[in-house]
Parts: sequence; structure tokens; C-alpha cells
Amino acid sequence: MNRIISGKALKYGDNVNTDIISPPQFMELPIEEAAEYAMSAVDLDFHTKARTHSIFVAGENLGSGSSRETSPLTLKYLGIEAVVAVFFARIFYRNCINLGIPAIECAEADRIAEDDEIEIDIATGTISNVTKGEKYGCSRIPEHIFELIEGGGLVGYMKAIRDRKENEL
Amino acid sequence: MGKTMSEKILARAAGVGEASAGDILWVNVDMAMMDDILGPRVEIAEGLMELGDRVWDADKVAIISDHYTPPASVKQAEIVKFTREWAALHGIKNYYEFVGPCHQIMAEKGFVLPGTVVLGTDSHTCMGGALGAFATGVGSTEMLGVLVTGQTWLRVPETIRVVWGGSLNAGVMAKDISLETIREIGHAGATYKAVEYVGEAISSLPVDERMAITNMAVEMGAKAGMMEYDGEAAEFLAGRTARTQDELAAGALSSDADASFARTLVKDASALTPMIACPHSVDNVHRIEDVEATKIDQAYLGSCTGGRYSDLKAAAELVKGRRIAGGIRFLVSPASQEIWERASRDGILQTLAEAGGTILAPTCGVCVGLHSGLLGAGEACISSSNRNFIGRMGSKEAEIYLASPLSVAAAALAGRITDPREVAA
Repeated sequence: MNRIISGKALKYGDNVNTDIISPPQFMELPIEEAAEYAMSAVDLDFHTKARTHSIFVAGENLGSGSSRETSPLTLKYLGIEAVVAVFFARIFYRNCINLGIPAIECAEADRIAEDDEIEIDIATGTISNVTKGEKYGCSRIPEHIFELIEGGGLVGYMKAIRDRKENEL
Repeated sequence: MGKTMSEKILARAAGVGEASAGDILWVNVDMAMMDDILGPRVEIAEGLMELGDRVWDADKVAIISDHYTPPASVKQAEIVKFTREWAALHGIKNYYEFVGPCHQIMAEKGFVLPGTVVLGTDSHTCMGGALGAFATGVGSTEMLGVLVTGQTWLRVPETIRVVWGGSLNAGVMAKDISLETIREIGHAGATYKAVEYVGEAISSLPVDERMAITNMAVEMGAKAGMMEYDGEAAEFLAGRTARTQDELAAGALSSDADASFARTLVKDASALTPMIACPHSVDNVHRIEDVEATKIDQAYLGSCTGGRYSDLKAAAELVKGRRIAGGIRFLVSPASQEIWERASRDGILQTLAEAGGTILAPTCGVCVGLHSGLLGAGEACISSSNRNFIGRMGSKEAEIYLASPLSVAAAALAGRITDPREVAA
């Protein structure tokens, strides 16, 4: 995985909760069908926009509410490569990491607008807003978590650890 | 320096002498819970197969099909079927279905014990704190890790201590304590922290009511809602677990007087009046008189937050001998089969039905808009459940108000939001 993630931003406000990201009525559908309803309470076009925009930016408390992993899974399915927020709700944050999605905290996330071209350096903790010519500090992904993200999430990471142990034996 | 109960429970679960807020520990999990909607079918079954692994200890796993029961569609039926078969395949004897929301079942079956660590694939797992456990919600992939290793890493949370002194007046319930605390702390005010409730207003409540408070800790972003284990909790657990009262008491941990708290709030239950959370966030809380006369289409009495025996009993006493307003649906879903049976025996369900209530199965369906009573565009619902996010109970153009079981019953009678103390008078 590249330590620089670049793409166009989609921009939402504070308290984007998991009922908004994954509306419960559609959770019984397979992900490819359920994904069409992602964010639909606030943005009916989200699933089409996500095809051309790979950075999901929100304000405070992104992902509050349910523990449903279908929320980050759906974002990943639709092509979101990183999520940026002023801060995250606890379970959503862990779910993102466990699925291999970099979750980046940035106090200046509100300076990013929809369609801005963004480059995130997850190793140094810097966001470059190419469109606006600005730079913001953001949380860094520590090395061991980076390894987990690089492995595609917790399952890949656990497999890698097991393989390593087996090779040592 | 003293320690909080979260610090003590997590230190013991990690096998370390002591721990402080901010420490990251690998902890042993005492009980792992999955439901149907976010259980084996999401990442877990596939991941376990990919890893070629087995469940670390089947006796420490409980699976409860509750969201899609009874199923309203073939897809829902197949999810429940998959969950049931997966549980059997992996030798999970603690499998339950159609008996009510998982958190209530976990408590009733004696799986949530003082001083233990309980993880579940549902955010309201934090309800278990009412029995002195450290209980918190996790995602499905994280649960997969727990199923394989029996462990997970947890950051020891700081604790916000909320002292509720005084005692509740007639017409005011534990749910109002919950809503007022959330109003003050805010939707994200306890993110990554534990919220510990103490004080005479808490210790005088039965466990039934306490659970309405710890259940909603996550609505402030909290990792856990904590309460001390005491005689009331012991009484609740009597006959539900093989552990003796002495063993349970020996396992319980509580905060030291000189523990370090991130913040302490002091509240007076005697001054509390009925509260209500208005659309579309749980911290948009007001005194009920400020939104009085808002017309409603549906009143929902149920869920793991507000469908317990004492909730149904209080509602039944209020509606006894009266009829709900014309054009209103008053839906009642007891929080478990056990509660259903007890409320049936005691005539409570009869009273609610005679007032015009529709008695439903014990289920999560209504609260999370999956079946049994969704809302259409432009409709408003008052609910004793825990979340009023946009679109949660059906249409995204519907409005959800959260209030106590008494306030729900009062609104059902009046056809509009009203102060339950006025109806009772």
C-alpha cells in the first residue's frame, strides 16, 4: 500500500452516524445492492460520487451510533480509500482500521471542500490540499497499525503473523 | 492513588497488577456475544474459514438472533437460518432466537457478571455495566479476532463520574436520568471514556431501570456505562448463574474514593422532570413541556432500553381503564420472552391491549426499522428506545422522539406529546 493516498474529497458535516452510512432497512441486502442506499438520507448521489471521489471527509464524531461494520465495509466497497474527520466515534474508528481503511484525524478537516484534490501522507501525518494549495497536520498511522492496514485489515494481519510463526518453527 | 472500576476490571482481565487510563492492554474476554444482523454473516464466518480456525471457547460465546426475528422477508429469514446453522456448526450451545433483544437475554441468562469483560457486536452491549461488568460494543472483524484468540486490545478509558443524588418524583423514570445526562455531556462528550453512575438515585433503582441508563452510555460516545454491583444486582442475578452470591460479590470491583476521574457531574434526581430527545440526535434533549402538543402517529413501548417489566408495568398503570387516542398506533414489544410471560401472567399485557395497544413479539425490529411497525414519510413516533437518528425507524422523512415508557404511554392516550404527570393526575 502506498503511504500517500490521493484523490478527490467528498465532504459532509458533523455526526454522520452509522444509520446514515448504512441505513438499517437495507442491511439485509447483499452489499452491492445495499451500497446504493449508503448516505442516502443526506446525499442521494453518494454511491455515484464515490466512483470518482476516494477520500471521505467529515466533521466531528464521524461514525457514531451502531457498531455495524457494514458502514466502513460499504465505504470500502464503493471505492473510498481513506476517511478523514475532526474526530471519530470509537467503534467506527476501530472498524475502519480492522478493515484496512486509514482513519485520519485532522483538526482542520473543515477546510477541505467537496471536490478538492487531496493528498494524505499517512506516514508523516500531513494532508495536502492541492486545489487550495494548503497543508494541514493530521494523525499519523503508527508502524504496527500501518502493517495491519497494508495487510488489508485484521484478517490479513492475523494470517501474516501465523505464517511468520510457522516459518520460525 | 485509587483506581476506577474500569481500570481495575481491565487490569485483572489483562493479568497485570494495575492499570491506568490511557494504557493499552491485551485483555481476556469472559463472554463474546453476536447477534444476527452483525454476527457470523458479516465478515466473521468468511474470515474464520479464511484463517482455517476454530472458536477459542464455545462456552464463552453466545449468539442471539434478535434483529430479524420474526423475519419480515425471505432475506431476513435466511440470515436467521444462516446464524442458527453457523452456531450449530461451531458447537455454540448458547444460541437463542425469537426471545428478545440480545442485551436483555445476555443479562437474563447470567452471561453478564460483575467484574467481567463482555464484548458484543452491537453498540448497546454497554448495557451490561448495570451488573458491574465492563461491557462494550465491537465490530464484526474485531469479534472475529476475539473468537480466534479469546483476547482483544483495549485502551483503558478515562471515567466521567455522574453522581445522581436525591430520588425520582412520581412520573419521572430512569430513562429521564439517562436523557438528562446525555443532554449535559452531549452526543460525543464521552467518546472513548467510561461513564460511571453513582449516587442514591441510582442505588435505589432496580436493575430493570438501571439498564435504561447504562444502555444509552454509547449515545454519548462512551465505551462503557458503569455501575457498582450491589444487593439489587445480586437479586437480579439470583438463580441466573451457577456462581454463588459469595463468588459474585468476590468478583465485583468498584471505584476507589480517591480514583482519578476525567470529570465529575453532580445532579439532583429530585429536581428532574420528564425529558425528551427530539429529532434527529439523542442529545437534542428538552423538558417535555417544551415540546408538548407535538402530534404523534405512533407510540412505541419496547426495546432493550424501555421494554422491561417495570416499564410495561408503569405504562399499564397509566393507561388502565383508558383508551389511546384515535388514529394512533401504540406498539408494545416486551424486551424478552421472560418479561412477556411475566407481564402476561400479571395482566399487564391485557391492560395494555385493552387500552388499544398492539402486543408484538420481543424483538429489535421496531427500534431499528426492520419490521413490525416502520414509519412512513411525515409521521412522528414517540419511543422508549435509544436512538432517534434520521431514517432509523423507517422513512428518512419521519421524526423520532425518545422518552420514558410513562411519557410514551401518556402520548398514546393523548395522541400528542404530553407530560405524563398531567395524565396521571
